Amino acid sequence: MVPVSYYLILSGILFACGVIGFLIKRNLITIFMSIELMLNGVNLSFVAFAAQWHHLSGQIFVFFVMVVAAAETAVGLAIIIAVFRTRETLNVDQVNLLKL
Amino acid sequence: MTPSLHLWLIPALPLLGAAINGFFGRRFSRQTVVAVALAFCGGAFLMALYVAARFSSLELPHTEFLAHWFRSGNFLVNFEFYLDQLTLVMLLVVTGVGFLIHIYSVGYMWEEGGFYRFFAYLNLFMFFMLTLVLAGNYLQMFIGWEGVGLASYLLIGFWFTKDSAASAGKKAFIVNRIGDFGFLIALFLLIKHFGSLNFQQVFSAVSPLGVETAGFGLLTSIALLLMVGAAGKSAQIPLYVWLPDAMEGPTPVSALIHAATMVTAGVYMVARSHLIFDRAPNALTVVAIIGTLTALFAATIGITQTDIKKVLAYSTISQLGYMFMACGVAAYSAGIFHLMTHAFFKGLLFLAAGSVIHAVGGEQDMRQMGGLKQYIPMTFATMSVATFAIAGIWPFAGFFSKDEILARAYQANPVYWFIGVTTAFITSFYMFRLWYMTFFGDYRGREVADQAHALAHSHGGHRDPHESPMVMLVPLMILAVLSFIGGWVGIGGRFEHFLAPVFGEGATVATEALSHSTEITLIAISLMAAGLGWYLAYLLYLKRPDLPQKIASILGGFYDTVLHKYYIDELYAALFVKPLVDGSTRILWHGVDQGVIDAAVNDTADGARHVSDAARQMQSGNLRSYAGWVAAGGALVIAYMIWMGVR
Repeated sequence: MVPVSYYLILSGILFACGVIGFLIKRNLITIFMSIELMLNGVNLSFVAFAAQWHHLSGQIFVFFVMVVAAAETAVGLAIIIAVFRTRETLNVDQVNLLKL
Repeated sequence: MTPSLHLWLIPALPLLGAAINGFFGRRFSRQTVVAVALAFCGGAFLMALYVAARFSSLELPHTEFLAHWFRSGNFLVNFEFYLDQLTLVMLLVVTGVGFLIHIYSVGYMWEEGGFYRFFAYLNLFMFFMLTLVLAGNYLQMFIGWEGVGLASYLLIGFWFTKDSAASAGKKAFIVNRIGDFGFLIALFLLIKHFGSLNFQQVFSAVSPLGVETAGFGLLTSIALLLMVGAAGKSAQIPLYVWLPDAMEGPTPVSALIHAATMVTAGVYMVARSHLIFDRAPNALTVVAIIGTLTALFAATIGITQTDIKKVLAYSTISQLGYMFMACGVAAYSAGIFHLMTHAFFKGLLFLAAGSVIHAVGGEQDMRQMGGLKQYIPMTFATMSVATFAIAGIWPFAGFFSKDEILARAYQANPVYWFIGVTTAFITSFYMFRLWYMTFFGDYRGREVADQAHALAHSHGGHRDPHESPMVMLVPLMILAVLSFIGGWVGIGGRFEHFLAPVFGEGATVATEALSHSTEITLIAISLMAAGLGWYLAYLLYLKRPDLPQKIASILGGFYDTVLHKYYIDELYAALFVKPLVDGSTRILWHGVDQGVIDAAVNDTADGARHVSDAARQMQSGNLRSYAGWVAAGGALVIAYMIWMGVR
């Protein structure tokens, strides 16, 4: 059986990749993907612990996260399309005003 | 219980007048201002006359209670009034002379700006002076004491746009503060040891105490501290320096406050506290020495002054010295007698001097006067009466009071008497010098008048000297009559007898009456001294006007010293004023205020700004930098928890 620490390290790497991508990327879609990456990194640690302790609540929590993430993706992509339509760019540094 | 005389009305009336003129006078016509001021001041005078008329039917000392002021434990202070023979004398002098000077001021100040302000201040002064005189306890007296100082300050600085007047007012106020400090400590001692400031309670507590012959006991301390206060208010050595400068005020003010009434408050206070002084012979000696020295010292300065008001100012200091000399030899009634006659003739001298100044268009330098007797005969006549009175010529008022003091001084110690007679000689000399320089010879003012045109006072123009209006002359005449006959109340010891219930037999017990021949000799000597002074002035300033210059050049350095008032002002400036100013500037201002207090406040503000500047950098508005901070914060928390976990 694979030890739980492997999962946790992988989860940490995924989360760190997400954070770094969030911080250094300027494209809105990439940033959005980095957020998904972080969520999935966390999901991985949840299921790893759930398997370790034979407990269902971790898996249930992952479902919740997936549902929220799916909703968020739907809303987020819609916003991104709206932003692109009005500004014709996806560079976050140029999208720094709430108002037009 | 004798019926109430409503004594509170006496000070309250002038206060009301001051309030009306002070608050609404700006909109009044000059006539209305005069009507208000004279009505309320005259009302006080009438009240004083009423009190005098009812006086014989009173049970003395008569006290009246007005209201509780405050209570602290067993210590109780009331607003209350105290009336005895001494109060009555002061009351009549203050309201009478004060009323006359009010009338005179109408004419003198008519052309001046701030007319209503002047009369509001005058009435305010009357209120405080009457509070001082009528007070039933030391604290109420102290209110009056401080209040007359305030009125004096306001009136000296009446022409406040003139720098010298403004600083003279400040000087008077500050020098008086030194004296008041002594007075206050004396009051604290009274509270501590007798638990009261009420005159009757303090005096009944003091009277059973024995005489402090040796050392520096409680009563001696209180008496000396009271004397410090009196020296400040009554311009005695070493606190006399403010009075000559106070001549910057309008002349009626000099007459009322700085000659007739306020400056005598110190004498009144010492006389009022005589039960304390009687039991402290050492303090009395100090009083006598200070008075004697002041009399002589100020008189010598008076010889060299050329400003007509400055001569009178030094003369006032000198005469106050006589009064303290009298108090110092426990001849309180003689001191009060001289206080009264001095109020008449010195008030008259100042008013007449004001009339002279008025006549010559604002000139105060006697070297620019001369020959004025033909131009202003009425002023000349009244001023002559006053000059004879102050010089002590029989039968004018000053003769009787001064002679009484000298006789009592002789009984106490012939040294006092000798200095007193010498001072009488000098007094006679400088007063007749003033008289001759002002009224005799040729008028010297005309040729310089045109040059001085720009500097001229607002009175008159530069036509020939002109007599003052009747409104100024009538008070002069009344005071001249009083200066002439005012001394007669003292003939045969009547005045002393009248005051005897206040000062008691204790004051007279020390000395038996002088033998008749000694008395005659003393009178003859003092008359000779006065005559000699007169003759010398006649010789130097009428017959041989070239002589004074020669004598001055022979005396050389000594003359210069006296001319510069013994350099006392310079000495005080170097000893007290300069160190104080320098210390305040360098240590307190630059050091403490700027270096510590300001620095603390400013550095706090600077520190907050620097910290905020640094913290502001985090809020860049850049979304990703916020995310970076969040990530860094999270990393920090996790690192901490891991570290704690490992440990």
